[in-house]
Amino acid sequence: MRRYLDYYLTSMRMAILEQFQYRVANYFYMIGMVAEPVIYLVVWSTVAEAQGGEVGGYTPAAFAAYYIVWTLVRNMNIVFTPYGWEGYIQRGQLSAELLKPIHPIHNFLSFFAGWKVVVILFWLPLAAILSLIFKPALDFTWVEVVVFFFAIWGAYLIRTMLLTLLGMITFWTTRVSAIYELFFAFELVLSGRLVPMSLMPVWVQEIADWLPFQWTFGYPIESLVAQLPPAELWGGLGMQALWIGITTVMVAVMWRFGIRRFSAVGN
Amino acid sequence: MATPVIAVNGLSKHFKVPEREAGLKASTRALFKRSHRLVKAVDAISFSIEPGEVVGFLGPNGAGKTTTLKMLSGLLHPTGGQVAVLGYEPKKRDHDYLKQITLVMGNRNQLSWDLPALDSFELYRALYGIERSRFEKLRDDFIELLEVGDLVRKPVRNLSLGERMKVEIIGALLHTPGVLFLDEPTIGLDVTMQRRIRRFIAEYNRRYGATVLLTSHYMADVEALCKRVIVIHHGKILYDGALAGLVEQFSAFKKVSVTLSGPDVDVSGFGEVLERDGSRVTLRIPKAETSRATARLLSELDADDLTVEDPPVEDVIEQVFATEAA
Repeated sequence: MRRYLDYYLTSMRMAILEQFQYRVANYFYMIGMVAEPVIYLVVWSTVAEAQGGEVGGYTPAAFAAYYIVWTLVRNMNIVFTPYGWEGYIQRGQLSAELLKPIHPIHNFLSFFAGWKVVVILFWLPLAAILSLIFKPALDFTWVEVVVFFFAIWGAYLIRTMLLTLLGMITFWTTRVSAIYELFFAFELVLSGRLVPMSLMPVWVQEIADWLPFQWTFGYPIESLVAQLPPAELWGGLGMQALWIGITTVMVAVMWRFGIRRFSAVGN
Repeated sequence: MATPVIAVNGLSKHFKVPEREAGLKASTRALFKRSHRLVKAVDAISFSIEPGEVVGFLGPNGAGKTTTLKMLSGLLHPTGGQVAVLGYEPKKRDHDYLKQITLVMGNRNQLSWDLPALDSFELYRALYGIERSRFEKLRDDFIELLEVGDLVRKPVRNLSLGERMKVEIIGALLHTPGVLFLDEPTIGLDVTMQRRIRRFIAEYNRRYGATVLLTSHYMADVEALCKRVIVIHHGKILYDGALAGLVEQFSAFKKVSVTLSGPDVDVSGFGEVLERDGSRVTLRIPKAETSRATARLLSELDADDLTVEDPPVEDVIEQVFATEAA
């Protein structure tokens, strides 16, 4: 256990050092990423104003709060992608990982977790500027802040596991990108990334209830901005824990089959 | 006799490779009916390696060397046969096993590209749970041995190929593995760099009694480090024994150099003339005829000096592969 902790801390430290080297690139990336929520925000604010000041309980200021927190949650959602997996296997880097006395997922988890530390630091001034422009209605309690803190890391874990599952398809086909695009389309609609889930048709919300996507996007945002009742606030963390468990088991099972396949073909 | 560190018995690895002719027609046909070819990358090989041995694993490209090393390190599952390294079955990739081996591939980079090697070494310390004072001592010793004190502080991406290889090797050995699988560790390096890496491997083997299985296309590596070689071709072992014995077994010729009294003496009747440099002539003479030919050279010509040598190992190996391929 101590070795794992040491490994995580050292790997995170390395990720921080690496990402600081690319601070300008990181910042440009984050600025570019802001374009997406700003478009959503402008569109929905316009709709809200046209409908007498709100849509489904969201005022322009509430949308601003949602989409500004969105930018942080989106960054927390950046994990090792299936594209990364493709390259990793094609370049033989997975072989190098397999020679280490630790499961490769610890490398992905720790490295990207370190990156998040940099992301959060860089995000703060960006969020301040967005807040000055769009004047969000943010009214949260400290309990919500604590839940939000755990929820963004929960989202990170779930999405890591989901994309690891997708990435591992690379063990069977070298063209996983097409499947990722399909996944991405579902995620966009069913996670709260495009629009708060409460604005979606009821049948979409019912489908989303059976899927993990909203726990990686909509829930962490709403835990801070939507004044959720305590049952929903804490229950969300429970749902995240459940999905972390389910996806971790799925990763473990798929890894067993995938690695057998990889070890038969190799690279 | 000590228990072998590496014991391989009837080890095979076969790959089913899809293949088709070029062109649209063949491509369309392949959509409905795919044809495959079975490639026996490693075909029922057996050998064992004793503790502390440094063995050269030789063969042309595609002979099965890397596939064998990958099976020994647990990256590939064998199709057949048994393999045990340090008593472990490599394909299970037991963490205790992985802590005792290393696989260095000359063309692959395992250190963080953007950071100085010192940072990556820290990660290896954490990964292998190396006690800090031991880690620092080993790291500094290796840095000194390979003379890379000023390089380990530069981002790895700023290092030359040879410099990078040196720091890669340090990273790969910080956990002081007892078994080293080295796949072309000196590939693409200049002669000085090759020599330094060879010296380091030899010193590591001496200090830690490590067992080394080394593939290299540079015979200088093999001659400097290995008393024993295993020659593999088309997935089968052609030779396993002393390096000196390889020449004995496979070389059908001797190299005879003779210094004559004048430059224009005709020696073509004694053997194939390989080189003529003034009055010094180098001949290639069938092994069975060497004694008779040298006696004739001495008696029939006015020879000032005569030496008989085995051909370079490199030539012998090349000849073995060429013969096998024909």
